[in-house]
Amino acid sequence: MKCRKCGDRAVLELRRHNTALCGPDFVNFFRHHVLETIRRWRMLVHDEPVLIAVSGGKDSLALWDVLHDAGYRTTGLYIDLGIFDYSRASKARCEAFAAERGLDLRVVAVADEAGAPIPAVRDVTRRPTCSACGLSKRYIMNRAALEGGFPVVATGHNLDDEAATLLGSTLRWDESSLARQTPVLAATHPKLVRRVKPLFRMSERETAAYAFLRGIDYIVEECPFARGATSITHKELLDRLESTSPGSKAMFLQGFLDKARGVFQERETVTLLECVRCGQTTTGEVCAFCKLRDQVKRGVRSAAPAVKAAPAAPEDPPAARGLISDLHAAAEIHAP
Amino acid sequence: MKVVIRNQGREVEFHGRRRVREVLAELGVLPETVLVIRGRDLLTIDEVVAEDDELELRPVISGGRP
Repeated sequence: MKCRKCGDRAVLELRRHNTALCGPDFVNFFRHHVLETIRRWRMLVHDEPVLIAVSGGKDSLALWDVLHDAGYRTTGLYIDLGIFDYSRASKARCEAFAAERGLDLRVVAVADEAGAPIPAVRDVTRRPTCSACGLSKRYIMNRAALEGGFPVVATGHNLDDEAATLLGSTLRWDESSLARQTPVLAATHPKLVRRVKPLFRMSERETAAYAFLRGIDYIVEECPFARGATSITHKELLDRLESTSPGSKAMFLQGFLDKARGVFQERETVTLLECVRCGQTTTGEVCAFCKLRDQVKRGVRSAAPAVKAAPAAPEDPPAARGLISDLHAAAEIHAP
Repeated sequence: MKVVIRNQGREVEFHGRRRVREVLAELGVLPETVLVIRGRDLLTIDEVVAEDDELELRPVISGGRP
């Protein structure tokens, strides 16, 4: 296969664009599309500082690479979820990326904010793990941006992420989620920073190829808690559709944004208040993250006596045993 | 040729030359879901892979991000 632009050997076929490109032309193509998306959706102003939420994966590091290369004033934010080796390896990738380019990376640990790392949070809440994790990340991102004087947070959500979220919301007809699904979440409250997704038109494979061709050392392994997640099932369904009908994911998402989202947005009437505990935005009196923190505190307290008696407490319910082992493991992670 | 399927810890041996497209079809892998890597190169589905080549199939799907 030949590169459509220069005729050299192609390294990637782009079936939805009915083309194939060599390495240098694909890198230019990728950057052009991301920067064009930023311009068209008015995501970023060139001189304002932007906080990029980085996970050590291909998407967020590719995004940081593109924005840094284009001259944006970028700072990375790594949220340490405390997921054992996975978090250690992903944090190391972010630190290496930042150090190689002389960029600033800030680190916030979920354990410091929620009272326990994600594996322990998982056991004391009824939320699915990805839900508690997502809530924690959104809260920490917003607060870190506010406290650091950043008007905008950029995340590495790609086309596959967004199409899978849309499919999930549509299957449930979750009007509230449909109203909020957009590549630009405006700052509708003084305590809310703008959130943007500059990669939302780039497929997961295109982003992976960009990271590979740029020599970015990213974590290939997926989060151990994401295995079996519904969002991954939705991605697999969309992959099958895409393989028989290239361009399906983009049409699905873009069609929604162009033709349907406005309908849901008009019907959404949410008044944002400030949490009486932490001051972050909420629709009630106490925000969801403060409630999560309460749950963690109660869970840790009720598990504490059992920790001491663990060897002689076979009657502990399985959930409590899981929490105890995770707390032991978490203590190891955060040991100096 | 040796094909290493990353994230599954699986290695598969193939005998004889064949195209990437055929390797993926035999493994039941959709081309859209992986990068096909030979050394420092990415390969398109029409590339021919030799008997003594080693390929990595690197999944592009991921979950768990900010």
